[in-house]
Formats: sequence, C-alpha cells, structure tokens
Amino acid sequence: MCVGMPGQLVEIFVDEHAAIVDVAGVRRRVNVGLLLDDEGIAVGDWVLIHVGFAMAKIDEAEARDSLVAIEELASVYGDELAELMESD
Amino acid sequence: MRFVDEYRDPTGARSLVREITALAKDDHFKFMEVCGGHTHTIYRHGIEHVLPANVELVHGPGCPVCVIPMGRVDDAIAVASTPGVIFTSFGDMMRVPGSSGNLLEAKARGADVRFVYSPLDALRIAVESPHREVVFFAVGFETTAPSTALTLLRARAEGVNNFRAFCNHVTIVPPIRAILESPDLRLDGFIGPGHVSTVVGNRPYRFVAERYGKPLVTAGFEPLDILQAIAMLLRQIRSGRCEIENQYARVVRDEGNPRALQAIADVFELRPHFEWRGLGFISQSALKLRADFAAFDAELHYDIPGVRVADPKACQCGEVLKGVIKPWECKVFGTACTPETPIGTCMVSSEGACAAYYNFGRLHRDAAVALGRRAT
Repeated sequence: MCVGMPGQLVEIFVDEHAAIVDVAGVRRRVNVGLLLDDEGIAVGDWVLIHVGFAMAKIDEAEARDSLVAIEELASVYGDELAELMESD
Repeated sequence: MRFVDEYRDPTGARSLVREITALAKDDHFKFMEVCGGHTHTIYRHGIEHVLPANVELVHGPGCPVCVIPMGRVDDAIAVASTPGVIFTSFGDMMRVPGSSGNLLEAKARGADVRFVYSPLDALRIAVESPHREVVFFAVGFETTAPSTALTLLRARAEGVNNFRAFCNHVTIVPPIRAILESPDLRLDGFIGPGHVSTVVGNRPYRFVAERYGKPLVTAGFEPLDILQAIAMLLRQIRSGRCEIENQYARVVRDEGNPRALQAIADVFELRPHFEWRGLGFISQSALKLRADFAAFDAELHYDIPGVRVADPKACQCGEVLKGVIKPWECKVFGTACTPETPIGTCMVSSEGACAAYYNFGRLHRDAAVALGRRAT
C-alpha cells in the first residue's frame, strides 16, 4: 500500500485537480490536488503516485546527485582496485 | 522504469557494500528500517545477504496493515455485514484475520465487500450507487491519510451523503518513540520512512537524534537507496555526528507537503489513544474524523462492537513488529502461518516482514547457506 510509483505528467486539468500520468507506458487519471502549490507542476514533470494521488514531485537534479555520489564512490573503489592490481 | 532501474545498478551496490564494510570495521551495528516498504525491498533484493554479518537490519512497525489489531478487523467486518452497506478496502486488508474470519470470508457469506485502489474509487461507487451506503476502510500512516482527507473534503463539497470512512489512520512518530522507549531493543540508528516523509517532512524526527541520540536517514525504496542510507548512518557514527539526514531528497523535502498536512488537519484530529498490534495502546498515535465530519464517520453511524481481542497465543507478530525476533524465529512461521492462511498480520501484507521473508527471503537464505555464506 505504501509503495509509490513514479509517473510522468501527460496532461493537467487544474480546475479538476486532476492529471493524466504515464506510468511505465500505462496512462491513468490521478488527483494532483496536493501538488498545486506555488511551485506548481507542468506537463513532463515526474511525480510519485500513491493510491491515486500524486504525493510529491520528483526532483530530477536531486535524483541525479544521489546517483552521481554513488558513481563517484564506484570510481574511488575502482581506482583502489586498479592500484591493488598494479601493486601485485 | 525511470527513477527505478537506475537505483538497482549492481556496480553501485557493490561500491556501497564495500564502503559499508569498510566503515563498519569489526563493530556490530543494528539499524531499524521503520517502514514496511523498506522491509519488502530488503528481502526482495536480498540486501541482508550482501551486507557484512556485523551490520544487522531490524524490521520495524511501519506496515499499516500489520499494526491493525484484531478487534478493529472485527469492527470492519461488523460494518461490512450491515445490510445495505458496500464496504470498500485496499486489497491488503482483505485477508487480515479478525477473531472470526477476514473480509474476504465475510464477502463469501454475502457481505458486499469490494476492493478499491484509491479512496476516490470508493467515492465514485457512492456516487453511482445513491441508494446504498458506501464505507471506505481508511488505513495507513500519513502517506494515505491525505488521500482519505481529500476524498472526504470532496464528498462534503459534492454532497455525497451516502459515503463514510471507517478511520484507522495512524501516525508515524509515536511508534518510533515507543520503540526507543522499549527496553528490549538496542539500536544504533534508523532508516527513516520515505513516503511518510513526503508528507510529514524530516523535522518531526529531530527528537530521535536530539533526545535519544540516534541518527536517522530517510531513504527511498530501491536497493541503492537502502544501501546508501546505511552508508550514511555509518558515516555519521564514524565522524561522531548524530543527525537527521535525507537520502531520498529526490522526493522528500524537509518541510514535507504543506498541502497534505493541511488536508489532514482540516479533516482529522488525534485520538486520545489507539491500540497497535504488538505495541499495545499508544497515546495520540492515531487519527479520527473531526466533529464537523461526523456525518461521514462510520464509527458514529454504525454499531461498532469495539471489543478488544487478544492475538492468538501462537502468534508472535508483536515481537516481529518491535524487531525483537526475526520472522523465521516465530514458532508458527511458514508452518501454521503462511501467506495463504495467515495467523498474524505480518504474514498478510506484502509489506509485512513475515510475508516478505516468506516470499523472497527464504530463497536468498537457502542460497546463502548453500554458498556457505551468512544465513541470517
């Protein structure tokens, strides 16, 4: 029940607090009333969907940052591994 | 799928496991993942078996299906069995056992019980069936409470007078406090619930660090999210910090979702106390409808037995929910209690620790044993 699904906004109906989202190729109508704040939403934005409601906008920059942090970690260990191999 | 697949990358996972192993050294660490969604990910992806043996994960009380006591299920069945009522529920709740059967069995006996994906679906049924009374079984933490609240606000605005909610919403902070006060358990930190935090933000957890001196890292639901959160907890501990950090910043904002919090405040108020399976009565830990929504409150409208029912003696869900024992340490796990015929709630929901372990963990554990690796 608590697992959310990421979906991309395809069409927004502000007056109805509704939107059509694309979730892995399937289109579904969801309520976006919880996201109609000052920041707003736009077609193309990614949102997290939970029991028929868009709960949060997914921040693409933050999403990228956490992956970059993990990739950097991988390169640190990659370097260490390379040094270890060379030392043999 | 975007925002899913990239967080399952095995190269990233290996790097994080190396970092966790290096940070943990030879010390033993015990972290609790509060949320059932995390428990599901941990078992599904075999995370316990890639971690070093001295980094232990303990499963917490954050599965809203698992914490509903038997008496409340009996109450739901009583409402569902009222003539003229269409009783709607998330699928997870359908097989949760009460003292005399579950909702599916009540349906087999003739009650009109229907599965819905969203409370808005329940409201639509009410609009389409004006001569019936439609009750929605509202369960869940702050993640689902706003959706129930918005649905009730809409029902009131549209004058849908045959729609009611049987409210069992619970709040996340009181059980975390109860766990911290519990003498049974020594924890080194928490993996904080990701989706609850999209609503409540990270600020409500400050007491965990400030009052109890434990770090908490709010995390997402993919394997790399969980591993990164564990690495962040260990980094804090190794650098002498104790903070509330956010691994899931792509979704969780520190202030949460103010609109969702407002919707909760508009529709609900705190109950003086509420019974949790395994944790007993916890004060101010659940929500009920405010007086101005009395017309939509199933508890005021129907004859609710409200009888407290003790769990079956063999069932150790309480200890599993508090993280005192692992699912497979329960006496009836996988024998008398299975997902097909559950005795306890933890075996019902896919987010329950026992069901997740039964469905995924056994295989990983068997494989680990076969490979001569750690088996717990």
